Amino acid sequence: MTASVTVRVQREDFDLAAEVAALCHGRSDIGAVVTFSGLCRDEAGALAALELEHYPGMAETEISRICREAVTRFGLQAATAIHRFGRIAPGENIVLVIAASPHRQAAFDGANFVMDFLKTSAPFWKKEHHADGSVGEWLSAKDADDAARDRWSRER
Amino acid sequence: MSTVNLVYFSWVRERIGKGEEALDLPADVVTIADLLAHLKTLGEEYESALEHESVIRAAINQEHVGHGEPIAGAREIALFPPMTGG
Repeated sequence: MTASVTVRVQREDFDLAAEVAALCHGRSDIGAVVTFSGLCRDEAGALAALELEHYPGMAETEISRICREAVTRFGLQAATAIHRFGRIAPGENIVLVIAASPHRQAAFDGANFVMDFLKTSAPFWKKEHHADGSVGEWLSAKDADDAARDRWSRER
Repeated sequence: MSTVNLVYFSWVRERIGKGEEALDLPADVVTIADLLAHLKTLGEEYESALEHESVIRAAINQEHVGHGEPIAGAREIALFPPMTGG
């Protein structure tokens, strides 16, 4: 069976259980499913919301490219990535990655790989809105995220 | 002269004051680096947005490119800060 890749960029929330069920539906060859969910933190009460801007079209294309690379590299049977945009309140979902494979290690690695590359090359930008009503800064990219991405090129 | 659609995101968009525009580019604007240098001559808002050129990321026709990339044939060029999704 060819690997299925599902990518969506959307304003609305997603249902993790429903996405896993959809990914596994009708097949009995999958042995491992790893999910990663990224949520909006409240930063100890200081954050009212994150505003997520994205580059429509390129966001979908770039995440699809990363998922297909993960499928090839780790032999995944299926991958799903959903990224939200717009205003997201603390406690809400931002991103979901699901990786499925016959055995667990490929699924763990696949989900990890997709997230590391998504953070550094999918065109999304976060701006903070503070609990006191003021509009904060655009978040800065972290060197740690570049380092997390770069370790994949050293490992092989 | 060739006309290209430029799109801006995040604080690049805010500092320039618009999300997109169509611009006629002089023939000596060959690469992304040339484009950044040209835009900075267009006004204070561009100078402010593109002040730290090395941090500005670019995409041609929705694919990441480096500053040395030729822009010939580009329909859409995007300029934006390092990405912070996920």
